[in-house]
Amino acid sequence: MILFLGRKLAGLVATVAVASLVIFGALYLAPGDPAALLAGGHQPNPAALAEIRARYHLDDPFLLQYWHWLSGLLTGDPGDSMVLKEPVTSLIAARLPTTGLLVAYASLLILILGVASGIFAGVAGKAVDGVLTVTTTVLMAAPAFVAAILLIWVFATKLSWFPVYGSGTGFLDRIHHLTLPALALSGGYLAYVSRITRTEVRAELTSDHVAAARVRGLPRRHVLRRHVLRNAAPPILAVSGVTVAALFAGTAVAEQAFGVSGLGSLLVQSAARQDMVVVQAIALLLVAIFVLVNTLVDVLNAVLDPRLLRERS
Amino acid sequence: MKPIMLRTPPRAAPVAAAVCGLVALMALLAPWIAPHDPFAVDPLNAYAPFSGTHPLGTDDLGRDLLSRLVYGARTSLAGPLVVVIAAGTLGTGLAVSAAWFGGWFDNLVSRALDVLFAFPGLVLAITVAALFGTGFVTPVVALSLAFVPVIARVMRAAAMRERNLPYIEALRVQGFSSLHICLRHLLPNLAPLLMVQAAIGFGYAMIDLASISFLGLGLQPPAADWGLMIANGQPSILAGFPQQSLIAAVAVVITVVAFTAVAERLAVRFGGDVR
Repeated sequence: MILFLGRKLAGLVATVAVASLVIFGALYLAPGDPAALLAGGHQPNPAALAEIRARYHLDDPFLLQYWHWLSGLLTGDPGDSMVLKEPVTSLIAARLPTTGLLVAYASLLILILGVASGIFAGVAGKAVDGVLTVTTTVLMAAPAFVAAILLIWVFATKLSWFPVYGSGTGFLDRIHHLTLPALALSGGYLAYVSRITRTEVRAELTSDHVAAARVRGLPRRHVLRRHVLRNAAPPILAVSGVTVAALFAGTAVAEQAFGVSGLGSLLVQSAARQDMVVVQAIALLLVAIFVLVNTLVDVLNAVLDPRLLRERS
Repeated sequence: MKPIMLRTPPRAAPVAAAVCGLVALMALLAPWIAPHDPFAVDPLNAYAPFSGTHPLGTDDLGRDLLSRLVYGARTSLAGPLVVVIAAGTLGTGLAVSAAWFGGWFDNLVSRALDVLFAFPGLVLAITVAALFGTGFVTPVVALSLAFVPVIARVMRAAAMRERNLPYIEALRVQGFSSLHICLRHLLPNLAPLLMVQAAIGFGYAMIDLASISFLGLGLQPPAADWGLMIANGQPSILAGFPQQSLIAAVAVVITVVAFTAVAERLAVRFGGDVR
C-alpha cells in the first residue's frame, strides 16, 4: 500500500512538474517579446518593459526564470496581473469559492441523480429503462453550451424560477444563482454516470451470486443493497471520480454562459485580454486539481478493491 | 472529455451516414445553396420571422440565418477534420514507432503521452489562445495536440499486438526493412482502427472547437461559425428571439450525433475504443 501511494504521489508530482514547464515554456514559443506578452499584449513604454524584465527576471537563463516563477507559485506569490494591476492570488482567492461551490453542486447532482436514476433503470421494467436510455442519450449528445443556451431560453423567457445571470451573494442566493450553471455543467456527465450505473447493476443482477442469494430466500431489498450495489460500487465510483475531475475544466463554458464570476470565466477573460500571468497560474491550478482528483480516485479505488494493488506491483 | 454513448442500432447507421454526407455537401456547396450573402447586414429587417425570403428568419443585424448556417458548416466541419487528420497522423506515427522500437523510446513516448493526457483539451486551447491570439488556426493546433495522446494510446496498444504476430516476423526473416514493414504491412492493418478513432474524435473535436468559439477565443465576428452563432445569439434570447442560438445549437448537436453514430457502427465492425 505504501509503495502504491508512493508511486502515485511520484507520478502526480512529475506530471504537475512537466505541466508547469510546458505552461511556462509556452510563453517562449509564442511570437514576440515575452515582456510585451506579460505586459498584456499591447506595446508599453520602454521603462515599463524594463520593469517587467526585472520583475520576472527575463534577462536570466530560461531555467532560472522558470525556477523564479515556480518558487513564486509555491510560496503563494505568482505575481500581479498586468492588466488588472492586482495580485493574482487575490484574483483567484475571490473566485475560488464560487467555482468550488459550482463544482460541488454539479458533483452532488451527478452522484445523487446519476446513480439513483442508473439504479432505477437497472432494476425497473423495460418501459422505464427505455425512457431513461433515450433521456441519457439526448443529455450526452448535448454539449454544455447547448444545455446552457436551452436553460437560458426556458428560464429567461418562459419560467423565471432561477436567475440566468450572475453569481449572487450569500449562501442561499449563490445556490439559487448556480443552479442553472450546475445543471448545464453536469448534464452530460450525469447521463454518463447513470448509464454506467445501469450497466453495472444489470450485470450484477444477472450474476450467479445474486441468483444464489435470491434462491436462499433473502428479501429483495437486502439482496439489492448488500449484494448488487456493493459489487457495483467500485466501477461507478471510479467513473464518478474521473467525471468530477473533468468538471473543473468544464467550468469555463458554464461560468461564461451564465456570467458567473469564477475561475473558469477569469481564465477565459484573461486569455482574451492576453493577461499571461493570470492565464499561466489558473491553467496550472486547473491541471493540478485535475491530476490530484484523478490520483485520489485511483487511491480510493485501491482501498475499495485491494486486488488493484497486487495487479500493478 | 465528456463521453457520448449512443448505442446506435444498426438500421440507424445509413441515416446517420446520410446526415454526415448532407452536412458535408452543404459546406462544400455553400455559395450555391445559400439564398443570401451571409454577411449582408439589413438592420431594418432584424429578427425577421420564418418566411419565404428568409426560411430561418434573420439575426439581430438582419443577416439571413439560413445562409449563415450553411456557410457556418464550412469552418465548423473543417476545424474538426484538420484536428483528426493532424492528431491521427502524429498519434499513429508516435504509436507505431514506440511499439516498433520498444525499450526506452517506448517508455519516453508513453510517459510524454501520460503528461499530455493530464491536460484537459479546453484548458490547453484557452492557454494557447492567450499566447497566439484568437482565430481559426490557433484552437485547431491546440486541440490537435490535445487529441494526440487520445489516439496514440489506442494505436500503440494495437501496434503492440500487431507487432507480435507471426507475419511481421516472417517479413523480417525475409529481410525487409523496418520502414518497409511498418509502412506497407503494419499501417494498412491498423488503418481501420485509425478510421474508427478519427471518426470518434471528430465529434469530440467539433464540440471542443464550438466551445472555444462560444467562449470568444476562436473565430471572431462577423465570421459565420456555429459556435460563434450560439454565443452571438445569446443576448437576443433575453430579448425573446432565440432563433440564432437554437438553430446553430441544433446544427451542432445533429452533426455530432450523426458522426458519433457512424463511428459507433464502425467500431462494432472494426473494433476500437468508443470512448
